[in-house]
Amino acid sequence: MCRLFALTSQEPVSPMLAVNALNVMKEGHDGSGVGLFMSGLGGPFGQMPDCPILSGIFTDKGLRLLDEYAMSKGFLAKHTVAITPKNDPPAGTPRRGTYLARAYEPSAQWKDLPRDKREAALVQARLDLRHMGADNEDVKVFSFWPDTVMIKEVGDPVTVAEYLGLDREEFFAKRILAQGRQNTNYAINLYACHPFFIQGISTMTNGENTAFVPIREYLLSRGVIGYEGYQSDSEVFTHILHFTLNRLGLGIEAYKHVITPLADQELESHPDRAFLSNIKNVCRKLTIDGPNCVIGCTPDGSMFMVQDRKKLRPGVVGGRPGIFAFSSEICGLNEAIPERDRSKDFQPMYLDTAIVGPDCREVKICRQSQSLLRPH
Amino acid sequence: MPSEPVITPSTLSLKDLPWVLDWDKSTCTLCGRCTAVCPVSAIELGVFRKRELSVSVGLKNKPGQSVTVYQGIRQRTDPAYRCIGCGMCNMVCPNNAIQPTSHPEATTLKFHNNRGGQPRTRGGRRNATGSLLDQIKFIRISMLTDPALDAGRHEFELRTLLGRILPPEEGMAAFAQGRWTPPVREIYPLMIGGMSFGALSPNMWEGLQMGVAYLNEELNMPVRMCTGEGGCPPRLLRSRFIKYVILQIASGYFGWDEIIHAIPQMKEDPCAVEIKYGQGAKPGDGGLLMWHKVNKLIAAIRGVPPGVSLPSPPTHQTKYSIEEAVAKMIQSMSMAWGFRVPVYPKISGTTSAGAVLNNLVRNPFAAGLAIDGEDGGTGAAYAVSMDHMGHPIASNLRDCYLSLVEQGRQNEIPLIAGGGIGKNGNLAANAASLIMLGASAVQVGKYIMQSAAGCVGSEIDRCNVCNIGVCPKGITSQDPRVYRRLDPEKVAERLVDTFVAFDVELRKIVAPLGRSTSLPIGMSDALGISDYHAAERLKIKYVV
Ligand code: SF4
Ligand code: SF4
Repeated sequence: MCRLFALTSQEPVSPMLAVNALNVMKEGHDGSGVGLFMSGLGGPFGQMPDCPILSGIFTDKGLRLLDEYAMSKGFLAKHTVAITPKNDPPAGTPRRGTYLARAYEPSAQWKDLPRDKREAALVQARLDLRHMGADNEDVKVFSFWPDTVMIKEVGDPVTVAEYLGLDREEFFAKRILAQGRQNTNYAINLYACHPFFIQGISTMTNGENTAFVPIREYLLSRGVIGYEGYQSDSEVFTHILHFTLNRLGLGIEAYKHVITPLADQELESHPDRAFLSNIKNVCRKLTIDGPNCVIGCTPDGSMFMVQDRKKLRPGVVGGRPGIFAFSSEICGLNEAIPERDRSKDFQPMYLDTAIVGPDCREVKICRQSQSLLRPH
Repeated sequence: MPSEPVITPSTLSLKDLPWVLDWDKSTCTLCGRCTAVCPVSAIELGVFRKRELSVSVGLKNKPGQSVTVYQGIRQRTDPAYRCIGCGMCNMVCPNNAIQPTSHPEATTLKFHNNRGGQPRTRGGRRNATGSLLDQIKFIRISMLTDPALDAGRHEFELRTLLGRILPPEEGMAAFAQGRWTPPVREIYPLMIGGMSFGALSPNMWEGLQMGVAYLNEELNMPVRMCTGEGGCPPRLLRSRFIKYVILQIASGYFGWDEIIHAIPQMKEDPCAVEIKYGQGAKPGDGGLLMWHKVNKLIAAIRGVPPGVSLPSPPTHQTKYSIEEAVAKMIQSMSMAWGFRVPVYPKISGTTSAGAVLNNLVRNPFAAGLAIDGEDGGTGAAYAVSMDHMGHPIASNLRDCYLSLVEQGRQNEIPLIAGGGIGKNGNLAANAASLIMLGASAVQVGKYIMQSAAGCVGSEIDRCNVCNIGVCPKGITSQDPRVYRRLDPEKVAERLVDTFVAFDVELRKIVAPLGRSTSLPIGMSDALGISDYHAAERLKIKYVV
């Protein structure tokens, strides 16, 4: 089972905080990979919140391909963090070339597009680049979005972080998702490494999604650009969240009703019975069957944790106003935020969604049995 | 028997019969119960002559002889009275002195069971013992991050939806605007398929209805039962139990008058309406209720004279094309209940099922599609239809499901699969396989008769006299002297046993796969089969 750690803070912090938290949970991951998602960036990237940032790994040829592609789209590189390690990679990590996070000044036409078109264009650009690298290993792209950097690599989290020198100001972020990976996918594939990202939405999971095949088939048939890839059985959680927020126009509180609807008896006495039964029916194909703990981040900067219906995965939320963390084990939380009121730590059960808003002041708990406030 | 018996082309010996009786003279008490109970008069009392020689030692006395007679059982070899192997004689024999045994190599009878130029009709089973469904294994056992669940202790939500389901965006919008949305029922994924009041005896029907009501009201299992064509007893129509019933209408329109007249007084809506265009057991034959079973009650409910055969023709002047008929019938049936009841067609498994399905996808009122594969059956069918017509369900269903997947419409039109599920007793495994191949629900008929009422029909042409009203167990007879044998309460009890046991087995299958909160519809990654071509065809894993 992978180990998860997520942090949301009012001030940008070093991703090493999250990596170290993963390190204390080391028994739980086999060092087969690490993934990091950072948004609310400080440093130079923080100064350009509207410029999409491309994150990925490129060979020299890949870099050339990238430049050609960016040029053809009229995107101008504005700020680049390129890590090309000179020393030997740690055992198990291949030598890959350049780890890149590059902010682009978009073309004028792009800026004039309506918002949904602009967003779609970014998703498409990420996919184009990913497809370019599909045959040979020249291009790997994890995200292309404003105020977002993602890094993925095979190996032990701390060793990889030191090898790449992640403790640099450019990567300081208010919101960090980090996963230390236990290899459960059939082959080691970088794209299978959590967290996953689409259009400002990122989630990560520890566990297994046994309903993967039908859900993947369903999502693939939705005709939404970006619903592809699926190197990991839990990648679909990210897309279900995207579907819930963007296609259904629901809030994060409804996510749990989509992936783990209430049983019929529980619905009977629910104040929103009709609405929830409707969600349950029309979204039944998106019901997950765990066990999973899902931690994620939405475009507005809220961070959340939910459990599957069986609640077979541990997960805890805690912190103090200004900084909160979501961890798959308490020791990770202790490492990252030792000085907090531990009596307020919260372990979401099978009905709960724990949410920390972008203001980072408190943990809000939504229970599925409560009335669901929905946008009108 | 005359000393010079006439031997005609149709004179058969016991060697020619598929079922031959073993009768044990030494234990038979000559009570006569076997001959009384035999539904086809295959046995009669016989008088046998026995000559005994006595040879004494020495030369003085000559050998002598004595002739005695004794009574016993004689098996008739006339094809019209051949033993059907039902075993009733053994069931009633106090001493187990008699029992039928199968002679699998005896095929001669097959050439002679068309007396008067009438090909054989029969009820029962298809008499093909193999089953592809039985070869499928569940190969994806959670062992990696997810230890297998505990089938006994976890809570399981294994329900399915019957009715058209809108795509999420559309469904949410329709709800927000308070628009009409197609009716949807949450039901148990194992349904009792259409067996008509007429095909089944009143006791059998009553037993099933009682069992279904108990499952729903006491055990919280929303099991549904389809009526088959032939109407519904008026009292049931007007009772609250009608909500557990799927009303069937077919090309004979039998019983529909009664139903239409009852609509204003109905306390509850029926669960759904099934329009039968075909069934797997007699594809192309429609249905056939033979005159033997059309007694006064059946005649009254169906609105026909008693004692005439009632074929539901495969076609009807209102159904000159299936696209048009489906659309029209679905529309008018939906309208009859104010668009509150799901209406869906049932067709035989066929190569053109996909075309029917595609029509339904574009029809906003279509609530599902039931596909009936080639096995099983209750009513009468020509043996040739039963044995040689039809499309196996697994590949037919799979094609339909994958075609929905391609269009992104999977489960919007729930597929209900039937035909040969559990024919070798593996009900839960067969049902789970079909669900993972893409069925939203499965339906069984024959299995229920076998498990709940002790039907003895089997895959080797045992019994199969459902059509002529002499069902030895009283399941498919309209003759009170016969159906009195069947205790409805006991049928209800056994039905409940069957469903509860199925539920446990289904959980034993899905729990190791890590599933408990949603029915594994289309979870084809869990399936494997050791037949390479079947694996390719069904798009599941090939495992040896
Ligand atoms: S097995 Fe059935 S048909 Fe054969 S003799 Fe016995 S009762 Fe009659
Ligand atoms: S027992 Fe009755 S229902 Fe079963 S095969 Fe025989 S006649 Fe048909």
